[in-house]
Amino acid sequence: MTPTETNNAARIRVDQKLIAEMIAPGSRVLDVGCGDGVLLDLLVHERQVDGRGIELSQEGVNGCVSRGLAVVQGDAQTDLHNYPNDAFDYVILSQTLPAIFDVKGVLDEMLRIGRCAVVSFPNFGHWRVRADLLLQGRSPTSESLPYAWYESPNIRFFTLTDFADLLAEQGLTIERVVTIDGNGKTRTRSKIGYWTNLLTEQAVFVISRK
Amino acid sequence: MATAHKNIFVRHWPTTLKIMTTNPNDGARRTGESIAVEPAVADLPGHHLVLGADNPMRLVSGQLLGPFTVSYQTYGKLNADKSNAILVCHALTGDQYVAEPHPVTGRPGWWERLVGPGLTVDTDKYFVICVNVLAGCMGSAGPKDIDPKTGRPFGLNFPLITITDMVAAQKLVVEHIGITKLFAVIGGSMGAMQTLEWAARYPEMVFCAIPIAGAARHSAQNIAFHEVGRQAIMADPKWAGGDYYAESDPPERGLAVARMAAHITYLSDSALHTKFGRNLQDRQAITFGFDADFQIESYLRHQGRSFVERFDANSYLYITRAMDYFDLAAEHGDNLPTAFEKSPVRFCLISFTSDWLFPTSESRRIVHALNAVAASVSFVEIETESGHDAFLLDEPEFFRILAGFLRGAADQFGIGDNA
Repeated sequence: MTPTETNNAARIRVDQKLIAEMIAPGSRVLDVGCGDGVLLDLLVHERQVDGRGIELSQEGVNGCVSRGLAVVQGDAQTDLHNYPNDAFDYVILSQTLPAIFDVKGVLDEMLRIGRCAVVSFPNFGHWRVRADLLLQGRSPTSESLPYAWYESPNIRFFTLTDFADLLAEQGLTIERVVTIDGNGKTRTRSKIGYWTNLLTEQAVFVISRK
Repeated sequence: MATAHKNIFVRHWPTTLKIMTTNPNDGARRTGESIAVEPAVADLPGHHLVLGADNPMRLVSGQLLGPFTVSYQTYGKLNADKSNAILVCHALTGDQYVAEPHPVTGRPGWWERLVGPGLTVDTDKYFVICVNVLAGCMGSAGPKDIDPKTGRPFGLNFPLITITDMVAAQKLVVEHIGITKLFAVIGGSMGAMQTLEWAARYPEMVFCAIPIAGAARHSAQNIAFHEVGRQAIMADPKWAGGDYYAESDPPERGLAVARMAAHITYLSDSALHTKFGRNLQDRQAITFGFDADFQIESYLRHQGRSFVERFDANSYLYITRAMDYFDLAAEHGDNLPTAFEKSPVRFCLISFTSDWLFPTSESRRIVHALNAVAASVSFVEIETESGHDAFLLDEPEFFRILAGFLRGAADQFGIGDNA
């Protein structure tokens, strides 16, 4: 194992690991908001995908390209329209949705250029988040919501149920949902009820237009 | 003193020969007296290939060229299966002497920081080729050559050359060497135009393409600057309609002014401010005259003077025109993505924040076109105040990213260290 691989394994987030397991080897993947390229690197080198990335921060892009990844500087909200229909099997948006202004527009574009959208996000309905607000009277911070209110890039605060409702309203199909609880335990869910929403810290959705 | 020096004969274009002496004690080079001689391509280091003798090359203009000479230089060793070749495309006033002292000026090669043993483009690993462009003046066919029809230098009778023609000639060189697929094509500025042309026209021959500080078309502003340069040359009475070779007195003033104007566009306002500001040149106060009071004036005059030593004025006219005419979208039904349809080439575009000659927006336009056909593309913008010239300078972030991209691509191509 080369040093980079060791580092990647150490730095990979639990939601990224879940996503990597969901992607069929050899598929075409676009990682929107790919950050420092940890997930993309894993997909390219261990799942043999044809992987591309878009990242807003120049620092992230430079890091990715210097690791040999096909990443361009760009904005999820303005640059997805350049890609042709059905260019990818999966379009990934990991932990970026809360920072997006035009949520419906971006989901639309993801499902235009890709067969499936894979979206991971922190659940604002988790009991700890609710408790922070209800009992402490403070804006919640946690491992999956690490920012103080005044410096958070997140502008959309939504729960598992909120997101499922939006998908239903948009007529989109949930192919798969995997939830992660406060202890890092993952479970595949067939439906999202009250308790699932309460106990889930993060979730990964695979969505299609079917 | 002179007897202690080893003499090296070098060419001073167009019709003089300079004797450059190397001091064996410290290796320092000095140029001595110029003497008038007929230029001979064979004196230049590197390789010279005569092409189109039986089958002249049809240029984009419709004219036929041939036989014609193409001069090129190589570094490193071609591996057994000829899979480690990198073609470097030079810029407007560059040449094939990428990584060795220039045979005329003795100054370091223009990409010596980047290309060489153990460097970013590692010549211990890759076989690097650079071809002097058609219409150039370092060995490849150009307006200073003798027109076999008249027995006199072509001058303006030399056919107009396009970027497409330059690349077509390079392809003949690559095929002559026996390479069927280049691992990479890399170039900055006009070299980026050639790189794009390579990827668009011969995608099956290019594994990855790295256009740096480039554009898919020459902008109106850039055509305007070129026109100023050309008019400066043509306004020099010594230019004589391009027919100045016999006199051994080329239009150096005009060419120097063209270079001065162009040089400004290679820098940036902040770089000029940092480097020169309003500092005075060897004086305490302004002189109320038109001497080079300011350091920037002195610097530009020096740039102009040293440029004419190694460049032919007519070549400058021809090559600037080739850049002006470049419009990759126009070659593909006015639709840039069409140029890259189904391209298997892996692209890496690099631009520089302070480059206003080939600004990031031009690279981004290419990236959008490549995205539109779902091509594999990496794109970075490097933060620097060095302007367009940044691609020739010591920019560690640029080197680091290029090295990383090449490493990844080499692994994918099966010639990497991990392959």
